[in-house]
Amino acid sequence: MLRLENLVKTYRTGDQALKGVHLEVPQGQVLALIGPSGAGKSTLIRCINRLVEPSSGKVWLGETELTTLRSGALRRERRRMGMIFQEYALVERLTVMENVLSGRLGYVGFWRSFIRRYPQSDMDEAFRLLDRVGLLDMADKRADELSGGQRQRVGICRALIQDPALLLVDEPTASLDPKTSRQIMRLICELCRERGLAAIINIHDVALAQMFVQRVIGLRTGEIAFDGSPEGLTADVLTRIYGEEDWHATIEKVEEDEAEVPA
Amino acid sequence: MPVNSLSDGRKAWQRRNRVQTFSQWAMWLIGTAVFVYCWQHISDATTWFFVWDAPKIADDILTRAMPPRWSYIDQLWDPIWDTLNIATLGTMIALALAVPVAFLAARNTTPSALLIRPIALLIIVATRSINSLIWALLLIAIIGPGVFAGIIAIAIRSIGFCAKLLYEAIEEIDATQVEAITATGASRWQVMAYGIVPQILPSFAGTAVFRWDINIRESTVLGLVGAGGIGLQLSSSLNTLAWPQVSLILLIILVAVIVSEWVSAKVRGAII
Repeated sequence: MLRLENLVKTYRTGDQALKGVHLEVPQGQVLALIGPSGAGKSTLIRCINRLVEPSSGKVWLGETELTTLRSGALRRERRRMGMIFQEYALVERLTVMENVLSGRLGYVGFWRSFIRRYPQSDMDEAFRLLDRVGLLDMADKRADELSGGQRQRVGICRALIQDPALLLVDEPTASLDPKTSRQIMRLICELCRERGLAAIINIHDVALAQMFVQRVIGLRTGEIAFDGSPEGLTADVLTRIYGEEDWHATIEKVEEDEAEVPA
Repeated sequence: MPVNSLSDGRKAWQRRNRVQTFSQWAMWLIGTAVFVYCWQHISDATTWFFVWDAPKIADDILTRAMPPRWSYIDQLWDPIWDTLNIATLGTMIALALAVPVAFLAARNTTPSALLIRPIALLIIVATRSINSLIWALLLIAIIGPGVFAGIIAIAIRSIGFCAKLLYEAIEEIDATQVEAITATGASRWQVMAYGIVPQILPSFAGTAVFRWDINIRESTVLGLVGAGGIGLQLSSSLNTLAWPQVSLILLIILVAVIVSEWVSAKVRGAII
């Protein structure tokens, strides 16, 4: 469904963030992208929807090659890729409803979006999504009145109302407390399952990733250092990705967590 | 080196080293000398007789100006209304022109940093650098005296001010919100309307009322050169040495400025 071929990104400063990444994500697969800060996780995600322009290589979304698209066609393809951000990236001064509906901007014309006249079907879907994430009575609140977990739920609604085939998720839990982090991860994974979406989730918390995803990619200095199932993340593998450290506490914690949360 | 090794091996820290301390003293010495020299120069060029005389003259004018000629107010309603209109319409025109200039000048929204941004910055600097009184003089020569010249003078003078504050606000927006809107597949204009405009709206409102407030003060003097408003009455009263009228006009201007400050404080409080 998504295929990256030899993706390279070299920033103007000369830093090579991605050094020829090959990756294939089938329909409906949720994968976690782990790796140390600066390994190129955010760059990888942003090169897919071209918030960052890749230097070379190809990105295939279904049958469409994204890196050569002109702006109009690129906008149409971006609608198929929902994005969720670390600091939520909601438009703080707009209401929850406006933030959710902004996910439809790729589908409605400028004037209709400007005067907030969205089609009724969009509003139905917005209410349905808000209900699904438990924020129905927050629709009229301003985004900056919400708590972190609530904001991230709005961010999820905004991504899903695009009716995407793929979710690009950049550190969804980095600003949240441990409990909310789990809830958000569970919500994202559940929604992906319900809708058959593929997702790439950048995440720092290895244990949390292991708990929820089917596949883990380890990125180290712009190259894939590990690709396999969560069970395959041994102390050796983590050392290969992150460098030398005593990993036993991390891995043990995972096993306890899994015993504790059977779902 | 601010950090020195003492004889017993410990380290001492001083804010400045010896050279910095000396140059500090030298700068104070030079500064004081320049000040004294200038003081002397101004003193030599002043006719001190008039200065010693000043309190007496001021006292004389003040007693003549008191009490204000209250009945004169009947002739002031129209000019004060003109003054308010000059300030308000001028500010509105200025804002309408300043918004596009600001977007062209902001580093993160300009279409071309090499070509268009310098032009936008030039507009900002040029309109800001000339006082509205001088714009009014120029415009009276071009479009004739009257309220219209005053409005345009205020408008031109305000473009640079408003555009500068706005483009600084645009450059300080949170880029991830813009990124998020872009990622939905929104068009360039939609990104502007959803990602940028909500973020700069408070500073736009603040700038607008702040400039309106300044413009009320500026428009009170435009009449001095014939560009409409209460300044015309002020200058004719001054010319005929009608001090009671002058004091009434100054009082009216004071009230207008206080009211405008109050309104702008209220508006700012309501929007932010």
